[in-house]
Amino acid sequence: MRVEQRYRLIYKPLVWLGALLPLALLLGRGFGLAGGSLGADPAEEILRTCGKTALNLLLLTLAVTPLRRLLQAPQLLRLRRLLGLFAFFYAVLHLLAYAVLELQFDWPVLGEDIVKRPYITLGFVAVLLLAALAATSTQRAMRRLGRRWQRLHWAIYPAALLGVWHFWWQVKADIRQPALYAAILTALLGWRLWWKRRAALTSTSGSSTTPGRT
Amino acid sequence: MNRRAPATISPSEITPEAVFHDRRRILAALGATAIAVAGPSASSQAPAASTGRPPRSPPRYTRNTRWSSTEPPTAYEHVTSYNNFYEFGLDKPDPKANAQRFRTDPWSVEIGGEAELSGRFALEDLLAPHALEERIYRLRCVEAWSMVVPWLGLPLGDLLRRFKPTSKAKYVEFTTLLDPKQMPGQRARVLDWPYVEGLRIDEAMHPLALLVVGVYGQWLPNQNGAPLRLIVPWKYGFKSIKSIVRIRFTEKQPQTSWSRSAPDEYGFYANVNPAVHHPRWSQAKERRIGTGLLATRSDTLPFNGYAAEVASLYRGMDLRRHF
Ligand code: HEM
Repeated sequence: MRVEQRYRLIYKPLVWLGALLPLALLLGRGFGLAGGSLGADPAEEILRTCGKTALNLLLLTLAVTPLRRLLQAPQLLRLRRLLGLFAFFYAVLHLLAYAVLELQFDWPVLGEDIVKRPYITLGFVAVLLLAALAATSTQRAMRRLGRRWQRLHWAIYPAALLGVWHFWWQVKADIRQPALYAAILTALLGWRLWWKRRAALTSTSGSSTTPGRT
Repeated sequence: MNRRAPATISPSEITPEAVFHDRRRILAALGATAIAVAGPSASSQAPAASTGRPPRSPPRYTRNTRWSSTEPPTAYEHVTSYNNFYEFGLDKPDPKANAQRFRTDPWSVEIGGEAELSGRFALEDLLAPHALEERIYRLRCVEAWSMVVPWLGLPLGDLLRRFKPTSKAKYVEFTTLLDPKQMPGQRARVLDWPYVEGLRIDEAMHPLALLVVGVYGQWLPNQNGAPLRLIVPWKYGFKSIKSIVRIRFTEKQPQTSWSRSAPDEYGFYANVNPAVHHPRWSQAKERRIGTGLLATRSDTLPFNGYAAEVASLYRGMDLRRHF
């Protein structure tokens, strides 16, 4: 099979399956399949699962570029858009779970929360950024925006940063989990800085093997 | 002596041996009419049941309808599997999973501070003179969920008065067991262990304040704070401290765990108040556990619906400042 086909027939469907699994599990538990349940506070369970999955997928999206280099598999880039879109999908479900299940369509309260509660403000800005990225994720938008597309899609960094910050801020006492996420994010961003510097150094020293060219 | 005396009690605070051995005399002085439990009874030697308590007889109690809510109680399953008890883990199902082998027998409670009588007492001796009653209370967690729970217990004030608090006793401080071996949550410094809570003396003496030993007609399951916990129904749930080993009468306001951990989020009083929001979420409404995904949120009531009974305790106080 050619690389193209492998991605279309195997890897992409696997990403679809993996990304939809958390939602399928939630639905299964919600409908009591296989003896499962969403526990005593189902709204909270759905809210949390969607938030966590959104952040997981966002970090996974950011991991694509380092993994391409490390595994020397440039084709991985073909999965990045899909992962990013699923991150946005779960962020929207998370926001909907909050608006529908927790606040029960009390829009004034949602507005108040977004304005008055800093951790929700952060989450909201992150959702807006992800929406802008999702809306411009098509080939057409890419062609139309040209160089500006790169600059716009740089916004995934602040989106991830805001997501982790939002996670950290909603914690009541135990910051170990958000701290782990912050460490992963720092590693992913740190790797990029290091890579850029290396690229700059090797190109000024006159080397012809620019690492950026894979 | 008690094998599980909290490790943090400084030597000066430990009850002298003599006092400990004298506890039966003290109990007699306390006016305990029925100190029927003589020595380590056969039952306390028996292997612990899965609830952590020996297979002793089920509690006997009467129903107190005067102080009971008429709302339908939350299912036993939810009451005993959806718990905030950080000593046994941070997620709601953790306490049930991690507290099963928690040993609550023997159990003793040290009582002291600004009172004429003090000492360390075996739990059964402490409880002996009191009749147990069932009261169905609303429970409102600071996290904006609520339950209705049929507790089994005795009025806190009835027990406290036996120790003859002096005029210096302005507050009562409660402490949870410190035992990281048995309480895995205490191995992480999520809070400054052991857990400490407190009440103003008039709050503690209010007839609604309950010392709880059971739920749903049975002894407390470990995850619910066995063998002895507090229930203060007009305050957020975190005030209702679990697995109590120490009660002290104090002149100064106790430094409670959550107010030390996040003073701008959790105050000493922590009265349920829909008008004062937690900095990170609204307290205006609550999710009643077990009513399903789409059940309507209900309005949270001032003092969790017990305003008629307790609002007078706070007359003249700015409850926005003293949250
Ligand atoms: C308007 C947008 C958002 C709103 C209103 C919102 C709301 C919330 C709320 C209320 C909680 C607390 C749940 C609790 O108390 O248990 C929460 C937790 C969380 N949110 Fe958001 N959020 C938003 C956006 C986001 C975004 C964009 C992400 C990630 C990319 C995210 C990730 C998380 C995570 C990881 C948690 C913690 C879940 C856990 O405790 O396991 N949120 N969010």
